[in-house]
Amino acid sequence: MTDLILQVKNLNKAFGGVVATDHLDFDVRQGEIHAVIGPNGAGKTTFVAQIAGMLTPDSGEIIFDGQEISGLSAPERSHAGLARSFQITSVFPNFTAIENVALSIQAHDGHSFRFWTTAFRDAKLIQPARNILEQVGLADRALSLAGNLAHGEQRQLEIAMALATKPKLLLLDEPTAGMGAEESEIMRQFLLGLKGEYSIILIEHDMDTVFNLSDRITVLVYGRSIATGAPDEIRSNAQVKAAYLGEDEAEINA
Amino acid sequence: MLSRLKIWVLLLSFLFLAVLPIVAEWIGEEFYISLVARMMVFAIAAMSLDLILGYGGMVSFGHAMFFGLGCYSVGILAFYELTNGWLQLFVCIFGTALIGAFVGFISLRTSGIYFIMVTFALAQMFYFLGISLEAYGGDDGLPIDTRSEFFSFFDLSEEWNMYYLILGTLTACTLFGWKCVNSRFGMVLRGSQANLVRMEAIGFSTLKYRLSAFIISGVMCGLAGFLLGNLTEFLTPEYMHWFRSGEIMIMVIVGGMGTLFGPLYGAFAYLIFEEVMAGYTEYWQFYFGPLLIILVLFAKKGLWGLLPGKENLGDD
Repeated sequence: MTDLILQVKNLNKAFGGVVATDHLDFDVRQGEIHAVIGPNGAGKTTFVAQIAGMLTPDSGEIIFDGQEISGLSAPERSHAGLARSFQITSVFPNFTAIENVALSIQAHDGHSFRFWTTAFRDAKLIQPARNILEQVGLADRALSLAGNLAHGEQRQLEIAMALATKPKLLLLDEPTAGMGAEESEIMRQFLLGLKGEYSIILIEHDMDTVFNLSDRITVLVYGRSIATGAPDEIRSNAQVKAAYLGEDEAEINA
Repeated sequence: MLSRLKIWVLLLSFLFLAVLPIVAEWIGEEFYISLVARMMVFAIAAMSLDLILGYGGMVSFGHAMFFGLGCYSVGILAFYELTNGWLQLFVCIFGTALIGAFVGFISLRTSGIYFIMVTFALAQMFYFLGISLEAYGGDDGLPIDTRSEFFSFFDLSEEWNMYYLILGTLTACTLFGWKCVNSRFGMVLRGSQANLVRMEAIGFSTLKYRLSAFIISGVMCGLAGFLLGNLTEFLTPEYMHWFRSGEIMIMVIVGGMGTLFGPLYGAFAYLIFEEVMAGYTEYWQFYFGPLLIILVLFAKKGLWGLLPGKENLGDD
C-alpha cells in the first residue's frame, strides 16, 4: 500500500523477562494523525525509542517511506525524513530560540565542517528559522534564550525544531506534557493547524487532545496493541474501557 | 558578539603584547621578552584546551601530551640536525593530528569520568615513553642546540623574532578559535556539549565533528609545544606529565571555561602568580589553592566573566 508512510510489522522488544513490545503491528497513513495511548508501563516509550532509532528491536520490521529503517541510526532516520519531539523538553537552553531552530536546519544543509562564517549571520539558516518560528507563533521570542522561555513556549520550540528538518513523519512524544489547561489548549490549536499537512504519530496522555485531534487511535497495553480505530470506535470499545479508561478493572485480566 | 568593553580589553591586551619587547629593551629589562613569550605559549595551550573543554564538554586530562609531542618534534629532528623549520612544523602538525585522531577515537567512545581517565592514561603512556627514550635524554631531557630555521631573514635565535613568531601564532590561533566557535562547526560542538541525544535526533552524526574538534585542539596545543621547545631550547618528558595537563586545565578554569579569550588571561594570571610568589616561597601553590577555590565559587566564568557587559548572541 503506497499511502502508508510508516508500517511496523511484528515488532518485538524485551528487557530480560519484561516484554515491552509484543508482536506489535502499527501503521500511519499519509497525512493522518495516529495517536498511541496506553496506561503507564504500556510500552509507549519503548515504542517511540524503536521508531526514533534509540533502541534496536529484537525482531520485526519498521518500514518508513518504503525503506526498512530498523538498522539506521537516529541521525540517519532524521535524514530519511523522520522527526521527533521529546517528552522531556530537550531544547538547547544556552542558545536563543532562533539558534535552536537554525541548528535543526543546519543539520539538513550539508556538512558542518565550516569554520569561518558566523552561523548566526548565515542567512541560509536564519531566514528559514525565522519563518518556522513565525509558523509556531514564537517570532517575538526569537532572540530569547531557550532556557528563559516559558514551559509552553519551550514545548512549541521543541516542535519547531522537529519541523525545521522538513519531516515526512512527525513523532510527537507527549507534546502537552506538564502543561496547564490554557497552555494545552494553545498546543491543541497548534497541532490542529498541522493536521493534514504532516503525517503524525502522537503519543499523548491528555485524552481531550487525543480524541479531538486524532484520525485513528491505537491502544497499547503491556506492549500489545489491543485496539486500533477511529476515536468513536475506541471510545466504545469494551476492552479499551476495561484496560485503559478504568471502567471495569476485572476485565483487564479477561 | 562581544561587549564593547571586552573588545577594547582584547585590543589593548594584544597592543600591549605587541609593544612589550620595545618597552623591555628601552628600560633595559630584556628578560621580560622571553618571560612573556613563555606565557603566550601557555596561553595558546590553554585556549586549545578550552576549545574542546569549554565548548565541546570534553574534559581532556591529557592535553599536555600534545604539548610535549610538539616539543619532541622540534627536539628529535634537531638532534639529527634536521633544523628545517618547515619540516619540523610539518612533522609537528601531522604527528599531533595523527595521535589526536588515535586518542580521540578511543576516548570519545566514553564520556564523563571515563573520558577523563582515558585521556589521562594515554597521556601518561606518552610521558613514560618519553622517559624510556634514553637516546633523547630519558627523563633528564635534551638540549635543543639549534632553533627551527624558516627564513634566512627571520632568524629565530634572535629573541625578538622568537617573540613575534609566538605572538603571531597566538593571534592567529585566537582569531581562528573565535571564528571556529561561532561557525557552523562551533554550533555543532556546543550543541553536542549541551545535549548529544537531541543533536542526533535532529540529524547530526556528532562523532566526526567532536573527533575533528579534538584533533584541531591537539594540533593547536602541539603548536604551542613546538614554540616552547624553540623558546626554551630544551626538551623534556616533563612537559607531558599529568601535572602539566592539570596546570593547563587550571589556566582554563581561572580564565573562564567556554569563553575562549578567558584562558589567555588565565594562563597569564597563573604564570604571573607563580613568578611573583615563587620569589617569596617555595610553596606558592599553598597560596594559589584558596584563590582558585574562591574564584570557582564566586566567578563561574572565571576572570573573563568578571568583566561587566551582557553576553549576547553567539557567545553564551
